[in-house]
Amino acid sequence: MENIRVLIVDDSSVMRKIVERSLRQAGVELSQVFEASNGAEALGSLQENKVDLILCDINMPVMDGLEFVKQLPGVPNAKGIPVVMITTEGSEGHVVQALSAGARGYIRKPFTPDQVKEHVIAALAAKS
Amino acid sequence: MSSANPALVSGESRGCWIPLLQVAVQEVFETMLGSHLETPPESFTEGKLDITAMVGLAGQLCGVMTVRCSAKSAARMASKMLGIDADKAGPEIWDAIGEVCNMTAGNFKNKIRGLGDGCMLSVPTVITGGDYNLHSLTDTGALRITMLFEGEPIVVSLELHS
Repeated sequence: MENIRVLIVDDSSVMRKIVERSLRQAGVELSQVFEASNGAEALGSLQENKVDLILCDINMPVMDGLEFVKQLPGVPNAKGIPVVMITTEGSEGHVVQALSAGARGYIRKPFTPDQVKEHVIAALAAKS
Repeated sequence: MSSANPALVSGESRGCWIPLLQVAVQEVFETMLGSHLETPPESFTEGKLDITAMVGLAGQLCGVMTVRCSAKSAARMASKMLGIDADKAGPEIWDAIGEVCNMTAGNFKNKIRGLGDGCMLSVPTVITGGDYNLHSLTDTGALRITMLFEGEPIVVSLELHS
């Protein structure tokens, strides 16, 4: 996986850095990394930046990850961009909610770089 | 969101929660920090724990989880999580221990059969300084474990409403 442009959405700056580090450790070559601390910021970022993949937390202030995924199809630049949720909310109900809202994958925290890679590969494959 | 489930927090149910709490925190440290936590010897004294991260739980399981450690340990956690020098860790120290508490709480609740979607977590809060008393208004006593992270104590507590 080369030249991937990714948007990482999490209210924790540490977690955003960990996700980026995990992607790099997993061998994903990132050409650009954009960050947002909630869903509303992420929607704004997507109006200015083109990305190939979005990794998104669920529990965030202002706009949570589920609402972000629901609103994503309304952003002109964002149609078809795969979203993988990364969250502590690991119950079956949350997974179903996220996938029903449009997410392509679901990673539970704590996670390993290999788990991130597996979901990212699947999400990008489904896109192409 | 459903209200607190008394059966869930009964003494009988809670009897097996200490091992679940230990596994939950161990998995977080092993997966996200690459560190194995040790059990302290019986004679171990905790010393000064001046950083506290807190996450609230609401719904069928209602209360607060805290993770306490020294400032040095919190800096080591940030260092391990981010691949930075512990001596150069700044405000990310608080974010790091907040995430450790958040992931421990999430991992713990995901291990309790039947809890499922019935419990939500708050965003983490971090307190610096050890000279305070916590009055959480819980009524069932706290579950509390102490583990060693690189020889330094990490205290994880879960206080619950019935």
